Amino acid sequence: MPAFVVIILTMLSGQTLAAWNNPYPASDEQANTLYSFFRERPKTLDPARSYSSNEYEIIAQIYEPPFQYHYLKRPYTLIPLTATAVPKPLYYDKRGRQLSADAAVADIAHSVYEIRIRPGIYYQPHPCFAQDDNGHFAYHDLKPAQLRQWRRIADFPLTGTRELVAADYVYQIKRLAHPKLHSPILSLMSEYIVGLGDYARELQAAQRQLADQAFLDLTRYSLAGVEQVDRYTYRVKIRGKYPQFRYWMAMPFFAPMPPEADRFFSQAGMADQNLTLDWYPVGTGPYMLTVNNPNLRMILERNPKFHDERYPSEGKKGDVDKGLLADAGQRLPFIDKAIYSLEKENIPRWNKFLQGYSDRSDVLAESFDQTIRMTTGGDTELTPEMRAKGIRLLTSVAPSTYYLGFNMLDPVVGGYSERSRKLRQAISIAIDYEQYILIFRNGRGIAAQGPLPPGIFGYRAGCKGRNTYVYDCVDGQLRRKPIEVAQRLLTEADYPNGRDNATGKPLLLYFDTPAAGPEAKADFDWMRKQFQKLNIQLVGRATDYNRFQKKMREGNAQIFRWGWNADYPDPENFLFLLYGPNKKVGEDGENASNYESPEFDRLFEQMKNMDNGPARARIIDHMLDIAQRDAPWVWGLHPKRFILHNPWVYNLEPNNLANNTLKYIRVDPLLRAERREQWNKPVLWPVGLFGLVLAISAVPVVVTYMRKEGRVER
Amino acid sequence: MIAYIVRRILYAIPILIGVNLLTFTLFFFVNTPDDVARLQLGVKRVTPEAIEKWKIGHGYDKPLLYNADATGAAQLTDTIFFKHSVRLFLFDFGRADDGRDISQDIGERMWPSLAIALPTLLIGVLVNITFAMLLAFFRGMYLDTWGVVLCVILMSISTLFYIIGGQYLVGKLLRLVPISGYDTSWHAIKFVILPVIIGAVYGIGAGTRLYRTFFLEEINKDYVRTGRAKGLSEFRVLFQHVLKNAMIPILTGVVAVIPLLFIGSLIMESFFGIPGLGSYTIDAIRHQDFGIVRGMVFLGAVLYVIGYLLTDISYTLVDPRVRLN
Repeated sequence: MPAFVVIILTMLSGQTLAAWNNPYPASDEQANTLYSFFRERPKTLDPARSYSSNEYEIIAQIYEPPFQYHYLKRPYTLIPLTATAVPKPLYYDKRGRQLSADAAVADIAHSVYEIRIRPGIYYQPHPCFAQDDNGHFAYHDLKPAQLRQWRRIADFPLTGTRELVAADYVYQIKRLAHPKLHSPILSLMSEYIVGLGDYARELQAAQRQLADQAFLDLTRYSLAGVEQVDRYTYRVKIRGKYPQFRYWMAMPFFAPMPPEADRFFSQAGMADQNLTLDWYPVGTGPYMLTVNNPNLRMILERNPKFHDERYPSEGKKGDVDKGLLADAGQRLPFIDKAIYSLEKENIPRWNKFLQGYSDRSDVLAESFDQTIRMTTGGDTELTPEMRAKGIRLLTSVAPSTYYLGFNMLDPVVGGYSERSRKLRQAISIAIDYEQYILIFRNGRGIAAQGPLPPGIFGYRAGCKGRNTYVYDCVDGQLRRKPIEVAQRLLTEADYPNGRDNATGKPLLLYFDTPAAGPEAKADFDWMRKQFQKLNIQLVGRATDYNRFQKKMREGNAQIFRWGWNADYPDPENFLFLLYGPNKKVGEDGENASNYESPEFDRLFEQMKNMDNGPARARIIDHMLDIAQRDAPWVWGLHPKRFILHNPWVYNLEPNNLANNTLKYIRVDPLLRAERREQWNKPVLWPVGLFGLVLAISAVPVVVTYMRKEGRVER
Repeated sequence: MIAYIVRRILYAIPILIGVNLLTFTLFFFVNTPDDVARLQLGVKRVTPEAIEKWKIGHGYDKPLLYNADATGAAQLTDTIFFKHSVRLFLFDFGRADDGRDISQDIGERMWPSLAIALPTLLIGVLVNITFAMLLAFFRGMYLDTWGVVLCVILMSISTLFYIIGGQYLVGKLLRLVPISGYDTSWHAIKFVILPVIIGAVYGIGAGTRLYRTFFLEEINKDYVRTGRAKGLSEFRVLFQHVLKNAMIPILTGVVAVIPLLFIGSLIMESFFGIPGLGSYTIDAIRHQDFGIVRGMVFLGAVLYVIGYLLTDISYTLVDPRVRLN
């Protein structure tokens, strides 16, 4: 059968003998294409709703907010994308008088961001812009019966384009308040953008007056805090001072949306064909989504209308040596097409990377030993097999934090008494996160000293940034305090040798987790051993994800794991996780440990609206010290990302905040075709051997048959 | 026969209502509408207002099964169950929580499932019949004994082993076919070969043993003895007479599973990246998308009913002694 399979395969694929296992058409062998995967289909590609990394991987290449992060510079630097500059906000007091740039936060009633976009930027060709000979939109008044002939956007015969204007940015900000879109940032932005909350209520009332599927025309409703100044300029009015707003404007939430697209997709019958803005983005970016079959593959192709953008000419130290500036000044994007195929399982995904059918890959736990080895100095490097294939490794610490939280409302581990504080500090010392990183993350992470990860203002590396309650500084290196210190703290907390002095009973703590399975068990066993160092008994309370969330919301968990990925590179985005009014219980905020320190909160309010500088750094140091002393979290770790890429991929540089990085990547299709052929020659001799074994196995069958038939005939 | 079919269809209605009710109860026993909303809205910055709005927008703001605030029939009709489930009987599956039209997705994803399941079934039946006939031919001999042992071994191995082993051997080491993936039209063939082979090999153990039993049952009947007494060779006895009669249970068994082929294979599709209905169901369960879960369970139940109806009909076609009444 295998031989038959091989013949059929060759006949039907029309490929050469070198590429039977090629999952892509042979005609694309030397195309300027990037091959990648997606694990699960995106929930939405609508920039007003999308808020997860797998969705951003697609839409950030299509939609262009006014600003972006510099691809190479660190610390992360905001630069214009479609805007002419990153504007400095203008401050006004209650009476509308303009204040100086260094005005006191308390005096600032409003901040105004005036953004001017560059003329001459055009949208991708799309049927929503197509016009007939009379200058009317060709597809804005379609009947459902007409629509049935077009199942995909590519099926519409006419397309058009138009210039990007400031009104499109205004329209998108209005969409954040659309009652049917459920934008995740509406609530947050309503606190800042003047009038957005009222606007959402107005739209909700207007929607109620309309039939269920009727189009709610946002251009007919004005939003007080957002104003179009001229064709290329718009203003956003913010309550008080909120410097982080400029980072939000680098996210797809603030990308332009042409009203024509909204009207086009809102026609009756469109959604029945799965033709919606959730699945078919319309943008000005370097790529456009030409194939969107979220059950199989998504294809981004070069936008023929893309404006002039050049590869960066400056970066950080060492970028020249790494060849990252070799393409400086070249027009972007480099790649014609990016194919994202659905691949749910790790093993096939990894094998395809090794075969050259995927250009880049994460390092998987299953293949870690095959890929990476630890050097004697504790660093990581590729194994000789990987190096022989020319595969390269890129590492970076993600702006994320994974921590172990104490519920501060819990009567045993929570509270602000000296007793509970010392108990938490003792546990913080006992849990050896350095060991955890080695065992469970193959060294992919760094032990955290506080909530701020590297790359965020306020983070201090080495002994300067140490958590003095958990670490010592020995010879310039961080060293976890000995367990005896933890035991002494526990005794001072009136739990000598892990027993409650008042009752004489052993201290019993509960670890709440939604994780299950063998890996989670190993993880819990390790955690239990850490607590055993202090003779504290740890009991696991595993539950499903929904119940776990409910426990957290109701404050019924005791010790738990949690994490946070940065939205933007500002300490406010991490320190707000410990801000009292943002607590989980009662407020449904992101402060999962329900930590509430008046001093910390006061400093947070002072710090959050300050510009980066020595004064802000001092406040952050103070805040960190308060949090480290109170120890509402065992600070856990900041994960390290390992990315592998094949030798034909250039200009790859980890940028954990920028999502629109596809345009910078260059591939060498000829080298890829050559390596694929080299790595994927079919091995045929086992097929022949298998056939031979089958033939030999048939001999006793035939002999026995002959004998048996002979016997019957006799 | 028509009266019988109509009667069976009518019997199916309470079964389908029961399946629907059970699916609904089980789903909302472990998930509240709030949980569903939270999962759809993501994990960051989800406010109670956003959850409330999402529930209203998706019709999850009503009581589950009984609306005490309503009057008359609305007590039953103004509920999540009624609003979300009644349309299923018109095969209107509605929309998934992410807004996609479920009927269209089912229509698209049915074909990849069939592309794997149908050849697997046909090749599997052919191979199993051949092996079972051989074992029956050599019954009581060492070939039969070792054949049955081999079947038991094949049955004892997990599907995952076949899948991962097959991908490793054929896709990675021998590089004969793509490790995983799928494509449309004729380009799909190179992706289908490996899952079909694995599916057929996986079924050999159980299928061969079952069919062997059918053949052995027939072999001891009088007409076989008569055939042998007339001097027919053992080969002719088996392939001309025994096979024909043993095909009755084999065919009826195959007919019963034909409708279920549309549903696809959960694990196979996931590992091979086949965008079929099996992976569709698994994804929906993982994302707690009640619309899809409900639709797929309902579709499965309908196909099951159809499968057994077809089985009964096929009995009358292959065995004239059977009458439907």
